[in-house]
Amino acid sequence: MFKGKAFKFGDNISTDHIVPGRLAHLRSNLPELAKHVLEDADPTFAARVKPGDFVVVGSNFGLGSSREHAPLVIKMAGVSAILAKSVARIFFRNAINLGLPVLICDTNKIDDGDEIEVDMETGVVRDITNGNKIAFKPIPTFMSAILNEGGLISYIKKHGDFKL
Amino acid sequence: MGKTLAEKILSEKSQTDVRAGDIAVARVDLAFVQDTTGPLTIREFESSFSSLANKDRSVLFLDHAAPSPNCQLSTDHTYLRGFAASAGCRLSDVGDGVCHQIVAESIAKPSDVIVGADSHTVTAGGLGAFATGMGSSDVAVAMALGRTWFRVPESVRVTVSGSLRQGVYAKDLILHLIGLLGADGATYQSLEFSGDTVDKMSISERLTVANMSVEAGAKVGLFAADDITHDYLIKQGRGGDYRPISPDADASYTRTINIDASTLEPTVSQPHTVDNTAPVKELNGVKIHQVFLGTCTNGRLEDLAMAASILKGKKRHPETRLIIAPASRKVLLQAIEAGYIRTFLEAGAVILPPGCGACLGLHQGVLGDGEVCLSTANRNFKGRMGNPKAFIYLGSPATAAATAILGEITDPREVL
Repeated sequence: MFKGKAFKFGDNISTDHIVPGRLAHLRSNLPELAKHVLEDADPTFAARVKPGDFVVVGSNFGLGSSREHAPLVIKMAGVSAILAKSVARIFFRNAINLGLPVLICDTNKIDDGDEIEVDMETGVVRDITNGNKIAFKPIPTFMSAILNEGGLISYIKKHGDFKL
Repeated sequence: MGKTLAEKILSEKSQTDVRAGDIAVARVDLAFVQDTTGPLTIREFESSFSSLANKDRSVLFLDHAAPSPNCQLSTDHTYLRGFAASAGCRLSDVGDGVCHQIVAESIAKPSDVIVGADSHTVTAGGLGAFATGMGSSDVAVAMALGRTWFRVPESVRVTVSGSLRQGVYAKDLILHLIGLLGADGATYQSLEFSGDTVDKMSISERLTVANMSVEAGAKVGLFAADDITHDYLIKQGRGGDYRPISPDADASYTRTINIDASTLEPTVSQPHTVDNTAPVKELNGVKIHQVFLGTCTNGRLEDLAMAASILKGKKRHPETRLIIAPASRKVLLQAIEAGYIRTFLEAGAVILPPGCGACLGLHQGVLGDGEVCLSTANRNFKGRMGNPKAFIYLGSPATAAATAILGEITDPREVL
């Protein structure tokens, strides 16, 4: 069970909004890079987000580059899950590979700043502020197995190979 | 029921009979990284694995910051060079060119499975390779195991027929298609190109189209490998790498998109999304401060030849900078021999070393506040060229050259 505040963003938030190319020189200094998380979408986000909070977005979140630094800095900010109408393919895989849940659901029912609660067991997001209950799509089986091990590297270290 | 290109390649490489929706664990023929994703990949690799599954099928490219503009990226380069030396894998150093161009010139084969820590890895689909971008963890594991997993994608058949009109090119075709599909219109899917227009396209054009498949969300953009592919590989000195591959006639597609090439117009993407497309003629007059010609999308010899044919004997507009980055050392050498570089310099252009150049905002052409760029690259996201207060339009090399001369977005047919 995760609980925290919703930080709402719109559609088509690209990896350049999350960690722009101009900060490529910080990619081997992750704590410094993480201070800029989502800077080009909301420059105040990094200072306001607290461990446990949620990034709640529209469609096609994380389109663009394959840079794993994008989900990595969101995870480093303490975000417990990303809630999205839809998400770009590489970003989705990267987030799960880092152990960061991406949950597909109707995010129109959540407002910016709402207190929300996510139950990974029942697959339900509860918006405590407005009372909405929203079901999220189950994570595909194999990706769920990777997520449950805390990410791809941990999964491979434990199993030695892909166990379908 | 027959198979799509994606189903054929993933069946062969997983040695199982897989269909769209199945999960396949496939042999990886090439795993690579570049200098902005490589350090994370290699740190992940070194923290968890001891050796590469295949040294000959793992490559590190230094192309995004080439040469490096600052000490941090230089130190990343040093780290990657050190790893390549100790692990015994290939390193493509500063000045060799953009990873996707070098993969096309010297590595990718039809039917290969290629994974790269760069979203434009899809470029090699132009040669009939199942090539896709992944993040650092995935590529680290692919390098360690020599295998990776895929959900076999559903395929969209894109059939293009008829002749492109004068002034209309492969870049206009793919921008048009992305406008039609939307930035997430093909997410998780394979775009498979066919039709008489595609059958006649050069490899350079196919690479341009495959390169931008990811801008519609696609996992891969695939072309059959045919005689044109064979000729290209022979010219690269590796005709022996050729093997034909085509989809089965009775393959099953999730949908088919038919495009009549003869109706297409010179097209641009407007700020700040690639699917925000419009015919160039509707934007005539938009003032442009910088034209950037190059990248894995349009930095090949044919692209430079097209631009040179327009710029020959002309000058860039005095208020419009013209920056040109050949995609590889080989392209640069050929462009010098063909006289294109002289043409560009005489037109007032800046020539960058082979590499990604100004594309992703690291260096070599960062835009100022409020500036507007017309680029032949593949992305125009806010902040892409180093400044969230700048604006980027995407177009063909011909549109770029015409725009550089007139200083405002210009339909290339006005100068052809």
